[in-house]
Amino acid sequence: MAESKQKLMEFRPLIEGEQTFESIDQKVADLVLHQKGRYPVNLKSPWYIIMGTAIGIFHLLILSVGWLLYQGIGIWGNNVPTAWAFDIINFVWWIGIGHAGTLISAILLLMRQNWRNSINRFAEAMTIFAVMCAGLYPLLHTGRPWVAYWLFPLPNITGMWPNFRSPLMWDVFAVSTYFTVSALFWFVGLIPDFATMRDRAEKMWIRKLFGLLSMGWRGASRHWHRYEQAYLLLAGLSTPLVLSVHTIVSYDFAVSIVPGWNVTVFPPYFVAGAVFAGFAMVLLLAIPVRKWFGWTEIITDKHIDWMTKIMLATGLIVFYGYILEVFYGWYSGTSVELKLLNFRFSGPYAWAYWSLIFCNGIAIQPLWSQKNRRKEGLIWVICLLVSVGMWLERFVIIPMSLMQNYLPSSDKNYYPTVWDFGMFLGTIGMFFMFMFLFLRFLPVINIFEMKDLLYKTQGEKAATAREKKPATAPSGGE
Amino acid sequence: MAGYSRHKDAPYAIVAEYGTPDEILKAANTLREAGYKKVESYTPFPVHGMDEAIGYKDQRIPWIVFMGGLTGAVLGFSLQYYTAVWDYPLNIGGRPLMSIPSMIPVTFECTILFASIGAVVGMLGMNMLPQPYHPIFNTPNFRRCSQDRFFLAVEVNDPKFDDVETKALLESTSPLNVAKVEG
Repeated sequence: MAESKQKLMEFRPLIEGEQTFESIDQKVADLVLHQKGRYPVNLKSPWYIIMGTAIGIFHLLILSVGWLLYQGIGIWGNNVPTAWAFDIINFVWWIGIGHAGTLISAILLLMRQNWRNSINRFAEAMTIFAVMCAGLYPLLHTGRPWVAYWLFPLPNITGMWPNFRSPLMWDVFAVSTYFTVSALFWFVGLIPDFATMRDRAEKMWIRKLFGLLSMGWRGASRHWHRYEQAYLLLAGLSTPLVLSVHTIVSYDFAVSIVPGWNVTVFPPYFVAGAVFAGFAMVLLLAIPVRKWFGWTEIITDKHIDWMTKIMLATGLIVFYGYILEVFYGWYSGTSVELKLLNFRFSGPYAWAYWSLIFCNGIAIQPLWSQKNRRKEGLIWVICLLVSVGMWLERFVIIPMSLMQNYLPSSDKNYYPTVWDFGMFLGTIGMFFMFMFLFLRFLPVINIFEMKDLLYKTQGEKAATAREKKPATAPSGGE
Repeated sequence: MAGYSRHKDAPYAIVAEYGTPDEILKAANTLREAGYKKVESYTPFPVHGMDEAIGYKDQRIPWIVFMGGLTGAVLGFSLQYYTAVWDYPLNIGGRPLMSIPSMIPVTFECTILFASIGAVVGMLGMNMLPQPYHPIFNTPNFRRCSQDRFFLAVEVNDPKFDDVETKALLESTSPLNVAKVEG
């Protein structure tokens, strides 16, 4: 068993090429420390192109939010009965994208999947930025975000408390907990790497900056002992947390009696959809980034292959959810559910429904073949389709269910306005802006876990060539 | 890592430097067998087996996390009980004020939040971090401790510590360098 596992490792290793502890530091830490020459201010360099575009689009967000705060949410296309539209679609979409990060960092850690080590930091950062984008929407949808603290159970002079029997209140707690725990998990993972950065930095201010961030980490074995315990427990806590967050998000819909929403399949279907969308986003970013930064030996074809497999599996679960939705609608036998089904299949937004079936159901089918799972271009296009498909899914579920009501007299179509699109695009800009700042200024790959993995797979070879005397002169010694 | 120090020039430890995890593990075992107690290793990544080698075990973090979770659960539930049943009873569709199923999500989230904060604060607190200065930073070449070198320190307050013998013992474990560190 152990031998065959060893063989498998050799066949397609998790870390390719001749790597040492030193070469991992060079590949990851020096990318941040030695910026000169690597990032020439040049309109042809990919970082500047993407950053420039992202900041440009981010300004669209500032504009949309500024106009929104000035005019109120009347600038959106939301109406009655469609009171939830782009704001909630985008909230659910972004939260879902964030979930892959936690899944990779927590669930794969618990399952001792070593291949997570080279992508977890990256995916965790994605989670944090995606949740930041997500959080903006319900905040602004309240109409008066400056009194958003009313959402929290704070004592006040009116003597009122929030209603804890409402799923929207559960959402407040779930999303804020999720953001806090993800940020803590990310930061704890970064501490030893900050110490590496501190020790490799040459400029004093950079050393001091990373010294502050590392909090004086010195790698003592007693510290590592507690560190590993805390990290593993955080992973154990994040795992049910990530499942609960999207379950609670799905309760926002499933607990209501709106036709198309009141379905018990929503929690698992939403969680699978979140992982599906999240892995698509990880791949969408990882495929180009590993090329630009020369990390094909650390984020190998094997990683891409396995992520694609998870995407395929969760995609199939999601597709099963679509089938069940139709089944429930038909089996309910109520006219309003049947009317909704008919509206989805052949209403004015039928194109959204059928594009969703294409993007999430049909477009992922080529991933069954191993040959296709090695074609990065193909995978990238599929991931893009999946991201679009998952957005359409939320469009189909949220506004399209609200447009059709119990009383035909209250049926009304929904049309998004330019500000709806402006804000959606704007958060995409914000996400990429943060993501590319992170890619440039923080260690994107978990250095110490990679060294540990390297030592486990390659043993003594990983150590730096033996020198008789240390390079620097002893200062505190004899 | 210059900085503030109360006992400048007081001897702190004898520190040996190794090139691989195996070497430091072997050396740590040698020290334990020789009866040393105040031994600490400094490594770029957790070396598995080191806790046993230096005779160290601490199970307090899981308990802190558990107590954090318990606190969160109790606080989360009592918050909802107090607000929804006691202080601001509101009849919503005739549902009972104490509707336990609808109180589970918030209770659960509070449990996770407090347990996670317990894990992070407990870990940092017990490791006495942030700690900007530590005598071990005076070790020559210690900057490589977070990169590719493995350091083993025998502190001077070890009952078995002896300037000559300890140094000789450490030198017998084929280190790259042995240094006396002050700080």
